[in-house]
Amino acid sequence: MAGAVGLMAGKRGLIMGLANNRSIAWGIAKSLHAAGAEIALTYQGDALRKRVEPLAAELGALVVGHCDVAEADTIDAVFATLAEKWGKIDFLVHAIGFSDKDELTGRYVDTTEGNFQKTMLISVYSFTAVARRAEKLMTDGGSMLTLTYYGAEKVMPNYNVMGVAKAALEASVKYLAVDLGPQNIRVNALSAGPIKTLAASGIGDFRYILKWNEYNAPLRRTVTIEEVGDSSLYLLSDLSRAVTGEVLHVDSGYHTVGMKAVDAPDISVVKD
Amino acid sequence: MSEVAEKVKNIVIDHLGVDADKVVLEASFIEDLGADSLDTVELVMAFEEAFGVEIPDDAAETILTVGDAVKFLEKATA
Repeated sequence: MAGAVGLMAGKRGLIMGLANNRSIAWGIAKSLHAAGAEIALTYQGDALRKRVEPLAAELGALVVGHCDVAEADTIDAVFATLAEKWGKIDFLVHAIGFSDKDELTGRYVDTTEGNFQKTMLISVYSFTAVARRAEKLMTDGGSMLTLTYYGAEKVMPNYNVMGVAKAALEASVKYLAVDLGPQNIRVNALSAGPIKTLAASGIGDFRYILKWNEYNAPLRRTVTIEEVGDSSLYLLSDLSRAVTGEVLHVDSGYHTVGMKAVDAPDISVVKD
Repeated sequence: MSEVAEKVKNIVIDHLGVDADKVVLEASFIEDLGADSLDTVELVMAFEEAFGVEIPDDAAETILTVGDAVKFLEKATA
């Protein structure tokens, strides 16, 4: 995106939730880097550390360390390190979610209490928890972004408790936008169309969902992490300086569609 | 070595960063090649992409060695 060069020059921020080079967070990191931003990254545990470190090196990003959003002291440690190294930040990207794979198939009604709570804690509360800490470092205003999915608005097969969590996440974006608006901190969500990421590999029949989107989205295709990354530049840069509490759909227009496209094939008989 | 096996071998070498001579048909991804559980998911995704096939979860769980992958992909692309 040659046109974006310099858009984020002089801006620094944290991206949480990078897993590997298929991650949406990676698409966002690459776009931010190309636009001149300085990036800090966290990883969760050693399995992800060995994936995040080489990616960080590609972008000259700062690896802040381990962060498990279920453990508040690890979040505190991340922001303490950022405060020490950078003093302030301009943006925050939250690309974190979790649910037990066994409950991302079948019926929502069978969700267990334990998984419901864990899903809400990691996929919803964690954004509020990091926003509260990031607020203190956004002394010149800032932009916070989380990732959501259309399954928050309409029922998607197998998305189940994750859809309920994303609905709560989108609601929390609005509440955070109101709380943080006076400090010129904007809070938005980006609702990406389905992308085959490591996290998505836990969702049942994901390939079917991808195909369905490809056949029925107005642009007749799915989206890439690079396209999500470029759209995130709008929300994370001053281009969107008057936008907060918003959910931006980056989904080839799928959310506008009310029923199957007339010319879409009967997907039950489609073989790749 | 078949064309499929050659392609599988290259994907495994590339992804796990292991020596080519270790990537034999009998080699277990986890036991012999040092893969962790995320590597096994990533490998399956890499195979799907490279061969343009779908590897359902229950099939993926049976792919434990290089040979298992080759066998599945030879059948899937036949």
